[in-house]
Amino acid sequence: MEKQKAKIDLTNEVVKIRGLEKSFGDYDVLRGIDLDLYQGENLVVLGRSGTGKSVLIKLISGLLMPDKGLVEVLGHNAATISQRELEALRIRIGFSFQNSALYDSMTVRKNLEFPLVRNRKGITRAEIDKNVESVLDAVGLSQTINQMPSELSGGQRKRIGIARTLILNPEIMMYDEPTAGLDPITCIEINDLINEVQQNYNTSSIIITHDLTCAKQTGDRVAMLLDGQFQRVGTFEEVFATDDKRVKPFYDYNFTE
Amino acid sequence: MNTTESTTKPVPSRLSRVRGSVSDFFLMLYRVYAFIIRFFKEVLLPPYDLKEIVRQCYETGVRSFTLITLTGFIVGVIFTKQSRPSLTSFGATSWLPSLVSIAIMKALAPLVTALIAAGKVGSSIGAELGSMRVTEQIDAMEVSGTKPFKFLVCTRVIATTITIPLLATYVAFIALLGGYLNVSANEGTTYVTFMEQAFEPLTFVDFWASLSKAIVFGFTIGIVGCYQGFNADKGTEGVGKAANGAVVTAMFLVFIEEVLIVQIAGWFR
Repeated sequence: MEKQKAKIDLTNEVVKIRGLEKSFGDYDVLRGIDLDLYQGENLVVLGRSGTGKSVLIKLISGLLMPDKGLVEVLGHNAATISQRELEALRIRIGFSFQNSALYDSMTVRKNLEFPLVRNRKGITRAEIDKNVESVLDAVGLSQTINQMPSELSGGQRKRIGIARTLILNPEIMMYDEPTAGLDPITCIEINDLINEVQQNYNTSSIIITHDLTCAKQTGDRVAMLLDGQFQRVGTFEEVFATDDKRVKPFYDYNFTE
Repeated sequence: MNTTESTTKPVPSRLSRVRGSVSDFFLMLYRVYAFIIRFFKEVLLPPYDLKEIVRQCYETGVRSFTLITLTGFIVGVIFTKQSRPSLTSFGATSWLPSLVSIAIMKALAPLVTALIAAGKVGSSIGAELGSMRVTEQIDAMEVSGTKPFKFLVCTRVIATTITIPLLATYVAFIALLGGYLNVSANEGTTYVTFMEQAFEPLTFVDFWASLSKAIVFGFTIGIVGCYQGFNADKGTEGVGKAANGAVVTAMFLVFIEEVLIVQIAGWFR
C-alpha cells in the first residue's frame, strides 16, 4: 500500500532531544545526540545492532535515565519530572516492543483490557468491550480475542502488541524493530499498519529498525545513528545519497544484488 | 580496516576482589532493603487488585496442597516412629503425643511448610517474574502506566503471607493425624486421648509464635522470590538464576528467622 502524505506540523516538536549522552559501564552508547520529532511525523532511526537505537526510545519513554542532556517529551523533561508525572506521560506514549511483550498469562482480550482498566478509573464494561473491539478491528485481528499469546503467530503478536498500545490513544508511538523476525509479506502488512496508525490515530512515531524496506515505506524522515551520533538525517533518498562507507552497505545489502 | 588494539587489563588483586565482593554484598542488602520499603509504600495505595491477590492465593496455596498434605503426614508418622524407641527406653511412651505435638506445633509445621513453599512457590515466583523481566513484559507494564510493582510484587507477597500460615496450620493438623495413626496402631490410644495429651502442654504463646513464624516465612518467601525475579538479568540464564536465588536465599533466611523467633518467643514465656 502506498504511504499517504502525512500532515506534519513542523512548528510542534513532540520530542526534543539535545546533547543526549548515555553510557553503560565503559561503553558510551549515545554521545551527545540532538533530535526533533514533529507532530504527525514518522521518524525512522536506522543503525547497526548495538548502536543504541533501542536505548534511545527507552530514554524517551523514561525506562532509562540519561547521563547528560535534555529529553523533552510533549513539553515535559522526562529525566526530571516526578514519578507520578512520568506515569501520566507514559500513558501518552505507546511502546511496541521488539518481541511484542504480550502478557503470557492473559488472553488477547485481557492483554488489551489491562492498561485500560488500570488507567481509566470508573470505565464501564461496555466501554472496555467497545475499545477492545475497536483496536482489534484496527489491527485486523478480531478473531483472536479469546486466544492466548502462545497461540498467535509472530506477525499476530506484533499486531496485538500495537493494539495494546493504541487502546490508550497515545500521541506518540515507539516501534522497536517492528519487522524483526517476520516474513516479507507480514513485514509489508506491519509497515502498512504503522502508516494506518499514523493516519487514523494522528500519532507521531519513532520507528527503530535496520530494515530499509520498513524505513522506506513508513518513514517521513530517516535518521542514521552511527558511532553514538546521528550522522545523517533527512528523507530516505537524502540519507542514502552518499558514498560514506558506514552508510552505503546498508543500502547495498537491501536494494542491490 | 582498523589496526588491532592491544589492551591489557590489570588483574585485580585478592584484596581488591574481596573488597569488591563485600561491597557487592552490602549493595545487594541495600537493594533488598529498598525493595521491602517500596513494598510497604505501595501496598497501602490503591488499586488493591483483590482479584489478583485471590488468584495468587490459589496459585500458592491450592496448588501446593497435595505436596504439603503428603509431606505433613509423612513428617508426623516418621517423627512419631523415630521418637518411640527413645521414650520407650525411659518408660515414657505415654508422653509420645505431647512430644509429637510440641515438635510439630513449635517447629516442624512452620519450618517444613516454609521449606516446601520456598522450593515450590518461591522458585515459581522467581522464574515467572524473571521470565517477564527478560521478555520485557514488566517494561511493557511500566510504559503503559500500569505499575507492575503493585500488580506483580504486592499481590504475590500478600498471597504468600496469607497462604503459608494457613498451610502451616493445615500441616500441623495433618502431621498430628499421622502421629495419631502411628500411636493408635502401636499403643491403641483413642483419638480423643491422643488429642488431649497432644494439646495439654501447648500454651497460647506456642501457637502465637508458630503462627508468627509462618507469617514471617510467608512474607520472606514472597519478597525474596519477587526480588529475584523482578531484578533478573537479561537472558534465559537470568531466569534460572532468579529461580535458584529465590529458593536458596529464602531457605537461608527461613532458618535464620526460625532461630530469631524462637529466641524472641522464649522471652515471652
